[in-house]
Amino acid sequence: MSETYQDLLAELAQRDPRLVVLTAENRAAIRELPARLGPRFIDVGICEQTLVGMAAGLALRGRVPVVHALASFLVLRAYEFIRTDVGVGGLPVKLVGYVPGLLSTANGPTHQAIEDVALLRTIPGMQIFCPADRAQLLAGLPAVLASPRPCYLRYCDLAPTVEHPAGLALGGAEVLAEGSEITLLSYGLLVGQAAQAQRLLAQAGLRVGLLSLPWLEPLDEAALLAVAARSALLVVIEDHFARGGLYTMLAELLLREGRSAQVLSIALDQRWFRPATLDAVLEHERLSGAHLAERVQRAWQARGALAPSAAGAASRR
Amino acid sequence: MSATDAERGGLGAEELPALALRVREHVVRMATGGGCFIGAALSCVELLVYLYGRVLRLSPQTVGDAGRDYLLFSKGHAVPALYGVLAELGYFPRERLGQHLQPQDSLYWHPHAALPGVEFHSGSLGHLLAVGLGVAADLRLAGADNRVFVVLGDGELNEGSIWEACLVAAAQRLDNLVAVIDRNGLQANAPTEQLVPLEPLEAKFAAFGWGVRRCDGHDFGALAAACTRLPLEPGRPTVIIADTVRGKGLPSLERRVDRWFVDLPAAAIAPLLTELRTVYGDGASGRPAA
Repeated sequence: MSETYQDLLAELAQRDPRLVVLTAENRAAIRELPARLGPRFIDVGICEQTLVGMAAGLALRGRVPVVHALASFLVLRAYEFIRTDVGVGGLPVKLVGYVPGLLSTANGPTHQAIEDVALLRTIPGMQIFCPADRAQLLAGLPAVLASPRPCYLRYCDLAPTVEHPAGLALGGAEVLAEGSEITLLSYGLLVGQAAQAQRLLAQAGLRVGLLSLPWLEPLDEAALLAVAARSALLVVIEDHFARGGLYTMLAELLLREGRSAQVLSIALDQRWFRPATLDAVLEHERLSGAHLAERVQRAWQARGALAPSAAGAASRR
Repeated sequence: MSATDAERGGLGAEELPALALRVREHVVRMATGGGCFIGAALSCVELLVYLYGRVLRLSPQTVGDAGRDYLLFSKGHAVPALYGVLAELGYFPRERLGQHLQPQDSLYWHPHAALPGVEFHSGSLGHLLAVGLGVAADLRLAGADNRVFVVLGDGELNEGSIWEACLVAAAQRLDNLVAVIDRNGLQANAPTEQLVPLEPLEAKFAAFGWGVRRCDGHDFGALAAACTRLPLEPGRPTVIIADTVRGKGLPSLERRVDRWFVDLPAAAIAPLLTELRTVYGDGASGRPAA
């Protein structure tokens, strides 16, 4: 049983000769792979456009390229190559974005990929996998690589702090806690913080559920509609701009289905975050479990004061 | 001339001039009813005819074969010349050229792989050299001896992604990769040397670690000499800089910045076809009649 991302990737590559691993000199997650994969490991240097174009060419020949670069440079610098070569071509290139969202920690806004989901979801056929931690990353990786479609993997290798149900299906959400009053919705590294908030809120007597959505494309719409139907308040928690991420997806889904829900968005609202170590960022941006619990509790209390006519409308605060 | 490199396309050298003339006629016919990028198409006719006719291990029967040579057409807007070559060589029926710009077919202003013989879509400049690197890298991994040809425009060399890919191709020692530059000297609105000078182009590519050959891109003998033995240097990618004339074959359009894209009245096509015949005769001589 592989215990690290690179172990599993090497193991899958040994089984599937189509797999090739590429990087734009971003080796942090794959240091052992040059030795283990030999010529099936290609480092092109610091050039994300060529990285993605080359991956498309490899895929055109039947390979499944797994490309690695810092998420902001992969998605932003090479976006048109992703959209035009991989997207229009419908090629099974797997794009692994390193240190997305808050994981860029102290790097600053140049490195903050907090619009990556918004951009990639506009590409027809693109799958988006945002694991919460190493366990979800390893559980989902085989499905990512086996799919005939392109995929963006929003890399997160944190040690798990939650127990994931067995058998993660492609496109499936995970119910980490059931709750009839409030349901927290999250993906990526904030799932761990949301889980802590859920425990704190439950201890405070609220009936709070937590839905983890590692797949944003395809999105588990049935799971979202189910929690929307049974929760008085939905809270979307994401380390992404408020525009274009899960909050937007949920709003689109509810509108399309003619459903309404009260929704609180906890995200980065039209600004980049203050660079710092991860714990300090979580604290400063009020995204730690304790801060999330407090913000949700305040929204829950404010909800009681809302006029009935407004209670069904989506609300940001 | 090496038989291994110059006789794979299956056409006799004597057939090339007449084929080039027929391709030019197709290009001219695509210049109405919505129009086309006629100047850039006319400049790359001979180099496409030569590659498909004499160099590529590729035929209409082998378009899907793993052992084929690849031609990736990066200067996508010049696609009428590619359409003409593919139709003339039987990759799809000539009648389909009549569906240029019609929604029921895939012959629009830029190439798409839905059309037999087109390997990859293009239109956004600066993409297919990187894609070609990927194809070449796979062929090397597979231990195959197929080659990858990427046809680039000279204006396209403004794109930084081209030079990125040049560096990486040399670093990866992809000597199964051949870039062919249609050096017609003009980009959309200006001569290349007035806007962003490219020369000395041979020295630039040599400095980037490529084997370089420069030739007259309208002379089949010169193209044959340039393609005689590929790669030019073992362990290095090859670039063939084909000096050409935008609008070649129609003196009324040649080298004119304002004849980059044209959409002519239907009545203007017959005089242009006559102009082609005046220049080339019946195409049999291989040299302009004038």
